[in-house]
Amino acid sequence: MTRADGWLLAAGALTLPLWLQSPYHLHVAIMAGIFGVLAMSLNLLLGYTGQLSLGHAAFFGIGAYTSALLTLKLDWSFWPALAVAVALAALAGFFIGRLALKLRGAYFVLVTISFAGVISLVSINWIELTNGPLGLPGVPAPALGPWSFRTKTAYYYLVLAACGLSYLVCRRLVMSRIGRALVALRENEPLAESVGVDVTHYLVLAAVVSAAMAGLGGSLYAHYTRFVSPEVFLFTYTVTMVIMVVAGGKGTLAGPVVGATLFTVLPEALRAAASWQWQMLAYGVLLVLLVFFLPRGIVPWLARVMAGSQAPAEPDSPTIRR
Amino acid sequence: MAELLQHLLNGLVLGGTYALLGIGLTLIFGLMNVVNFAHGEFYTLGAYVSFAALALAGIDFFAALVVAIVAGAALGWICEVLLLRPLRSESIDTTMLVMIGVWIAMQNAELLGWGGVAKSIPHPFPTAPLVLGPVAIAPLRLFVLVLAAALIAAAWLLTQKTKLGRAMRATFQDRDTAALMGVGIGRIHAATFAFGSGLAAAAGALLGPIFLVYPSMGDLASLKAFSVVILGGLGNLPGATLGGLLLGIAEELGAGYISSGYRDAVGFVIIILVLLLRPSGLFARQERIA
Repeated sequence: MTRADGWLLAAGALTLPLWLQSPYHLHVAIMAGIFGVLAMSLNLLLGYTGQLSLGHAAFFGIGAYTSALLTLKLDWSFWPALAVAVALAALAGFFIGRLALKLRGAYFVLVTISFAGVISLVSINWIELTNGPLGLPGVPAPALGPWSFRTKTAYYYLVLAACGLSYLVCRRLVMSRIGRALVALRENEPLAESVGVDVTHYLVLAAVVSAAMAGLGGSLYAHYTRFVSPEVFLFTYTVTMVIMVVAGGKGTLAGPVVGATLFTVLPEALRAAASWQWQMLAYGVLLVLLVFFLPRGIVPWLARVMAGSQAPAEPDSPTIRR
Repeated sequence: MAELLQHLLNGLVLGGTYALLGIGLTLIFGLMNVVNFAHGEFYTLGAYVSFAALALAGIDFFAALVVAIVAGAALGWICEVLLLRPLRSESIDTTMLVMIGVWIAMQNAELLGWGGVAKSIPHPFPTAPLVLGPVAIAPLRLFVLVLAAALIAAAWLLTQKTKLGRAMRATFQDRDTAALMGVGIGRIHAATFAFGSGLAAAAGALLGPIFLVYPSMGDLASLKAFSVVILGGLGNLPGATLGGLLLGIAEELGAGYISSGYRDAVGFVIIILVLLLRPSGLFARQERIA
């Protein structure tokens, strides 16, 4: 993508509420933005360190609950609550990172699933704090001075800003020494270690940033739907994030954003034609098909198609199997 | 004291089926290096097939159990040949993603086919519990315990005493050398996956009449099977058996003495603690984690 394309895309995103008249369309755009933040967060781990977290809904839920509880029970305003929500999710990411990143592959996946399972059970059973399965209604809409983010248009810009920020953080991280270290780890850990890359340090860093971003997504979700319940920990959310990242292209900057947009807009467009269960069934089949036919995702595939015959196809990144 | 004994007995019944789940998964994981997240779906499949055979086709309870096991093994075979065989040279992460896809697809297919309302499987046993000294056990639960023990014994004999079992153990130890010695790796993989899936289906058909049958029942079953595998060590059959019993008893005790709301947290906590403190499993003699 050239610089001009990037500006065009940014201009399109900024003026989107002008041409989307229907509040419903704007709602879809907001959800796409929130999922964009979540998918970018998961991509940081799955795409760049190669570690799959199937407990990402935990960080999302921690962000949502923290933000909702602080504004509801302690009457905090949105911004400090958001900051604490992000910080707490990051802290959880730090602990999970410290503990779990000694483990790789399937074992890492299992620890993240178990962590999400425990957090979810706490949200159901700690009724005094979380109101149990009934959830917490009436989470206030954010405000900035005299302006409220109660309208969908205003909230859209808030989410867009969060999306932009997350993108910049990812880009900065990935383009730096840290990003190169992470990719080196993903491709060949013993080799990376032998040339002096501090494995644990970089993996924990990736886990912390990833969890913080998921917490940001959770807080934005809570204040948008104005309601938090143990359903935020549903495995469906994690699965959706995984599909978005794998379909969009893991280990690319644009992939998660493309995946999030596609997999928010598409299910909404198909809502009339197919029930939610059919869509989840299709997600499962799609995941299998993607692994077989488009293992690197849409963005790398598009890049190759657009490069066409002028440029030789980019060689597949080497993967070292152990 | 009587209460403790009762909890231990209930834990044993639950643990027997966990062991069945765990043995299937530990064979698939250890031998094929496939992280089978769809394992719990074969458990669900077993329960639904048994329900369909009983309630819809009118077959008797014991025949329905056999039908469920055969159905689980058959689908496992198909799954291996269609999805896993072409990916055999791919990394463990690739097959893991495929199995996650299978998990989601199977679960939602069940949701579409059967609806979200829980079903209960009728059974021919009297409901009055047998009183054995200080403890009581429902005849159905006793049957489940005995049958689980029989299936575990059969799995043990299969892996230790048969030619297929020897080929399986050889493949587990060193796939390439086994292939050089004339072991058909493709056939062994398919047989292992079918066998593990059949055991999972058996566990589902056995627990179905005790609990309820619903589409998402496999999620927890998968996680419990993974706890058992982690407790027992990868590819370790006696370890999985002991691990299953241990998990069942720990859950019963946790539910009985701490809080029933946190019953399922026991498995999660076990996964986290064992992986962090003793990643090769509680009963492993040697490092088995690749």
